[in-house]
Amino acid sequence: MTYLLAVVLGVVAGVLAGLFGVGGGILFVPTLTWLGLTQLHAEATSLLAIIPTVLVGVWRHHEYGNVRWRPALIIGLSSVGATVGGAQLAESLPESTLRKLFAVLLIVTAAQIAWRAHRRRA
Amino acid sequence: MAFVLIGLVAGFFSALFGVGGGVVIVPLLLLVAKWDLRNATATSLAAIGLTATAGVITYVIHGEVEPLYAMLLGVPAAAGSFGGSTLQQRLPVRTLSFLFAALLVVIAIRMLIQ
Repeated sequence: MTYLLAVVLGVVAGVLAGLFGVGGGILFVPTLTWLGLTQLHAEATSLLAIIPTVLVGVWRHHEYGNVRWRPALIIGLSSVGATVGGAQLAESLPESTLRKLFAVLLIVTAAQIAWRAHRRRA
Repeated sequence: MAFVLIGLVAGFFSALFGVGGGVVIVPLLLLVAKWDLRNATATSLAAIGLTATAGVITYVIHGEVEPLYAMLLGVPAAAGSFGGSTLQQRLPVRTLSFLFAALLVVIAIRMLIQ
């Protein structure tokens, strides 16, 4: 039952990814901690789950002609070095602090999605 | 140059929180580069592929990645992503946006009081 719900949340995360251009990690991490992983293991595992999600999303968006490849490559490649710093900080923070920071990130993301939806009508 | 800065910020956030970095990339492309939403989301997804791969490698070295759990979520999410990107092309996603935003706030509150 738990795993079935995890699969459902996986699908929801994927829809979110395709719709809003996020990788789905925002839902993967809470789902994984709920399955019993620590915050740190959940974050590490979430990054791996993101890869198939974005591959499919990119393939679809590419077919629709929405992807601008040059900027995507520049952004993606310049992010590589910075991931080492981010991971190091995550490793050094206490579990509860990391979890609270993640909750803040969720609220910021929610605000942003709502703001975009609101702006689109204007 | 702006893209390099966006990448640096996104990479740091991505690895710190185990997310792709889209939450940083999309608003910056919308606000700084003045792109429209479809181009911003699509390009963000492409960049995230590279960012997440780099993050995974870092965490694999530390031994914190659980591949079975990743597949449990990642495979269904790939199917969902197919649906989501198709829907974005066809539907007004406004109501759905507010529902997702509400869901995220509920999860955040749960994490804060736990």
